[in-house]
Amino acid sequence: MALDTEKREFKIIGTRPLRPDGIDKVTGRALYGADMVAPGMLEGKILRSPHAHARIVSIDASAALALQGVKAVVTASDFSEAKGELMQNILENCMAQDKALYHGHAVAAVAATSETIAKQALKLIKVDYEVLPHVTEIEDAVKPDAPVLRPDRRAKGAPEGTPANITNLSNFGHGDLEAGFAKADLIIERSFRTESTHQGYIEPHACLASMGPDGKADLWCCTQGHYAVRDMCASFLGMSLSQLRVTASEIGGGFGGKTVVFIEPVALALSRKAGKPVKMAMTREEVFKASGPTPSSLADIKIGMTKGGKITAAHAKLRFQGGAFPSGTIDLGAMCAFAAYDLEAVRAEGFNVMTNRPREAAYRAPGAPIGVYPVEALIDELCIELGLDPLDVRLLNAADKGTKSSYGPTFEAIGLKATLEAAKAHRHYNTPLGPNQGRGVSCGFWFNFGGSTSVSMSVNDDGTVAVTEGNPDIGGSRASVGMMAAEELGIPYENIRTIVADTNSIGFNDPTHGSRVTFSVGLATIEAARDAIKKMCTRVAKIWDIDPDAVMWEDGHARPAGENAGNYEPMSLAEIAAIASKTGGPIAGHYEVNADSAGVSFGVHLADIEVDPETGFSTVLRYTVFQDAGKAIHPAYVEGQMQGGAAQGIGWAMNEEYIYGKDGLLQNAGFLDYRIPVASDLPPIEAVILEIPNPGHPYGVRGVGETAIVPPLAAVSNAVSRAIGKRMRALPMSPPKILKVIKG
Amino acid sequence: MQYAAPKSVQDAVELLAGEAGVAHVLAGGTDVLVQMKMGMVEPDLLVDIKHITRLKDITAEAGGFRIGAAVSGAELGEHAGVGTLWPGVVEAVELIGSTQVQGRATMAGNLCNASPAGDSVPAMAAAGAVARIAGPDGTRDCLVADIPTAPGRTSLGNGEFITSIFLPARPENASDAYLRFIPRTEMDIAVASAAVSLEFDTEGKCSAATVILGAVGPTILNVNADCLLGTTLDDAALEALAAACSATAIPIDDKRGTAEFRKDVVGVLAKRAAKIAQTRAGVTS
Repeated sequence: MALDTEKREFKIIGTRPLRPDGIDKVTGRALYGADMVAPGMLEGKILRSPHAHARIVSIDASAALALQGVKAVVTASDFSEAKGELMQNILENCMAQDKALYHGHAVAAVAATSETIAKQALKLIKVDYEVLPHVTEIEDAVKPDAPVLRPDRRAKGAPEGTPANITNLSNFGHGDLEAGFAKADLIIERSFRTESTHQGYIEPHACLASMGPDGKADLWCCTQGHYAVRDMCASFLGMSLSQLRVTASEIGGGFGGKTVVFIEPVALALSRKAGKPVKMAMTREEVFKASGPTPSSLADIKIGMTKGGKITAAHAKLRFQGGAFPSGTIDLGAMCAFAAYDLEAVRAEGFNVMTNRPREAAYRAPGAPIGVYPVEALIDELCIELGLDPLDVRLLNAADKGTKSSYGPTFEAIGLKATLEAAKAHRHYNTPLGPNQGRGVSCGFWFNFGGSTSVSMSVNDDGTVAVTEGNPDIGGSRASVGMMAAEELGIPYENIRTIVADTNSIGFNDPTHGSRVTFSVGLATIEAARDAIKKMCTRVAKIWDIDPDAVMWEDGHARPAGENAGNYEPMSLAEIAAIASKTGGPIAGHYEVNADSAGVSFGVHLADIEVDPETGFSTVLRYTVFQDAGKAIHPAYVEGQMQGGAAQGIGWAMNEEYIYGKDGLLQNAGFLDYRIPVASDLPPIEAVILEIPNPGHPYGVRGVGETAIVPPLAAVSNAVSRAIGKRMRALPMSPPKILKVIKG
Repeated sequence: MQYAAPKSVQDAVELLAGEAGVAHVLAGGTDVLVQMKMGMVEPDLLVDIKHITRLKDITAEAGGFRIGAAVSGAELGEHAGVGTLWPGVVEAVELIGSTQVQGRATMAGNLCNASPAGDSVPAMAAAGAVARIAGPDGTRDCLVADIPTAPGRTSLGNGEFITSIFLPARPENASDAYLRFIPRTEMDIAVASAAVSLEFDTEGKCSAATVILGAVGPTILNVNADCLLGTTLDDAALEALAAACSATAIPIDDKRGTAEFRKDVVGVLAKRAAKIAQTRAGVTS
C-alpha cells in the first residue's frame, strides 16, 4: 500500500467532475434522516431536564400513557447495561439514569401517533427532581467544594489531591525544559481561554427505527458511521449485531458530531415497546442542548526564544472542560499543541474536567484548534516583541522529515516548510495594510486517521462498474472514490456508480471521521480495482491460453505482455465483462484493510482583519489557506474542505460560544444567538493546495478535512491583536470583548 | 387552535374581541409563527389580516404615505416614494431578517411584537409616524412611539389591531437615517440602534432633531438632541450627541452584549446616523 514508485500520469485524478449526488441534493430528491417514513409510523419525542444537575427521584408516566394516541414511554430502565465505561457514558448521555447531568439531558421519551400528541404527552410525564448544586466552568469544577458529577469517573491513577471532577490526565513531550529556557533571550508566559462551540451542522439528528416482534430491527439515520451506530445501539438494546441493520441517509453535515448516537437507541427502544416504526428528529434547540459541543479550555503557555527567533523551550498546561462525562480530547489537544515545531525541549500537559454541560463530541480535528491556538498566539507575541517576521520564525522552527514530534513519533515526509514558503511568496502576504488593519499568521496540524475499511466492486456485463463502500459521503467522497476506481480500471468516471451500503452489505467500516475516507476508502478502492483487474487478466489469459503473468492491464484493456506482446488483440473491460459468465462467472474486486499509513497534514493560514475602533466590529478582509493535501484527487472538494474548515474556525474565533447563566442553564440554544458566520461575514477564501505525497498511499493522498479548522483561531486572533495594537487572549473575540481591550 | 382570514376590518375586530382565549394577529407571521414553533405562544385564535381589503396598499396622503399593516418589507422597499421621503424608515425595515423574511415581515408586525430591538420602531418614532388602530370602539390614531409599553407589551386594547401606519410629510432640507449594531453582517437582532431625523435651515444649521434609541432599554428611548440645534454637526456637537445617547441608554447585560458596550456603541451609532441624515438632507457641513 505504499506510494506507487513509478511516476504516473493521471487521467482522472486531479480533474473536477460533477459530484454524483449533486442533482439529487439541489432538486430535493436526496433522502436525509428526517425524510424516511414507514406505514404505521409513530413520532418520538424526548423529555429533557430543565435543571443543570438534579437527582431523578421518580418518573410517573401514567398520565401520559393514558392519553389517546400515546403508544410507549421509555426511560433508562428500558435499556440493557452497556459494556465498558465508554459505552456506559454514551448510553447515559442518551438517557439519564439516576441523575440529570445537564440542562437538556434526556430523562424519558414518548412515542405517539402524532407529534402534537407526543408533545402533549411530554407535559404529562411527572418527574420528581431533587435539584443539586451545579458547576459549568473549569475554574469552579476543580475547587475543593465543587459539586461532583460522578465520583467513580475520577481519572484512574491520579495523584492524591486531584479534584474529583478531573477525569483524564495528559502529558507529552521530551527534553530538558529548564536548560532550554536558560538558553532563551526572551521568555513569555500567558494565559488563554476559549469557549465551547458547536459543530453547527445544518441537518438536525433524525432517524427512523423499526423493530419487529421477532427482535430483528432496521434503523435509518443520518450519521457519519452506521457501523458504529449499529454497534452502540445493539449494545444498548441487548441485540446481536446481525439482528440490527443500519442504513445511513444522506447527511447534512456532521463535522465529527455525528460519530456517536443520541436519539437512535431511544427510537429503537420506543419501537420495541410500541411494536411500530418510530421516527425521531431533534429540533435545533435540542441539537444545541444535547448534542456535541466542543470542550471549552484554559491554557497557560510559556515559550522561550532567542533574539534570532529560535524556540529554546516550550511548555503548555491545558485544562479542558468536556461536559458531564470523561473525555480524552485533552490528549489530542496536548499532542497537537506544539506538533508544528522541531523542539529540543517541549512539554504539553493537561487535564479534562467534568461539568454540568452536554457530553463533548468530536468536532473537526477534535482538541487541536484549542491546543494550537494559545501556542500560535504566544509565538506571534514573541515575534512582535523581538521584531521578527512571523513566517520566518515559523520556518526557522518548522518540523520536517525526521523531526521527533512533540508527541513522540518521528515524522516521515511532511509539507510544513513548503506550505510556509508558499505563504511567504503569496501576494496576500505582500499586500499592504491600511489603518486599523492587521495580518495574522498561524500554523495548524492534524494527525489524520486510516482505520478499518471494506470496499467491494462488481464489474457489470455492460462494462460499467458498481463500487460499494460503507462510509457516509460528507465531502464528496462518492466522487473521489469513483475517480480513483476509474483511474485504476482505466474506464470513464461516468461508467462508475459508487454507493454507500448498509451494515449487512459489506465488511465493517470505521466512521467517516479522522479525515480518513479519501485516504482509506480510496486506498481500498484502488486495491479492490487491482483485485478485479487481476481476475480479468486471469480470465483473458485463459482465453488466450497464455500465462496470467503475461497479461498486463493498461488503459482499461488487457494486453499481451512480454514475448506475447502484439500476438493478441487487446480486450477492453467491457469485452471481458460481456463474456464473464462463460469464463468463470461474475467478476468482482474486494479489499479489506485496517489502514495505518495515513500521513499527517499541516496548514498555514493568513488572515487580514480590520477592526472598527469605536465598536470593536471586525471585518475579515482577506483570508488564504495553504495546505498539504498529499495528492488532491478532486481539487474542488479539497478546496471546499480547506475553505469550510477556515469558515468554521473564523466563527469559533469571532462569535461562536455556549453561554451559560449562573443557573447553569444554556442561554443561546439557537442560531440567532449562537452566531456562526453567515455568507456575508466572510470574504472569498483562497485555497492553495500543496502536494507532498503521503508515502503510505498508492497515489500519495493525505486526509484534508480537519487540518483547516486548526489555524484560524490564532490567525484571526493575531490579526485582530495587530489591528488594535493590543493582545487578545480569549475567544470568541466578540465586539464587546474587543472594544473592552481597545479601551483598556 | 382556530385560524381565520377575514376580508374586512370589522370582521377582524369582531373575531379578536370575541375570543375568550389567546388571540394573535397574523400579518407576515415572521414573529408569531416562530414563537409558536418554539412553544413560546400557544394561540387559541390566529387572525390573518393579509386578506383584508386595502391592508396591502401604500397610499399618498397629505404629503406623506399611509402604509397598510400587511405591506411587506420587500414591497415597501420597492416603493420609490416612501424611500425618497423617509429613507431611514425604509432602511430600518429592510434590515429585518433575511431576504425570505423580507417577503413576509411587516412594519406593523415589527411594532406590535414590541421587542425593544425591533429595527423599524426607532425609525418610525423618529419620523413621527402615527398608527391607525381599529377596535370595538371604532378607529383611533396613536403615535407609534406610544405603542410599545414594555418588552412584548403594547398599549393596544382588547380586540384592537393596527390597520395602517402613516408617515407624515417632511420639510425641505431634512432627512433621516437608521443604524444598528450586530456582531455579524446580517441575520441578527440589534444589540443597540439609533434612528435620527434632522431638519436644517437655509444656512445648513440643524433646526430640528429627533433621536430615538433601540435595544438599550425596555422600550425605545427618546434622546434630548438639543445639542445639535444651531450647529452644522461639527465634532463637538456630535460628541455631545453621543454623550447624550450614552447617558439616556439604560441597557442590560445579556447574551447579546454588555450594558457597558451598548452604552458606548449607541452613541457611536447616533453620531454616524446623524452624519448620514445630514448628507441625505443635501446639507454640506
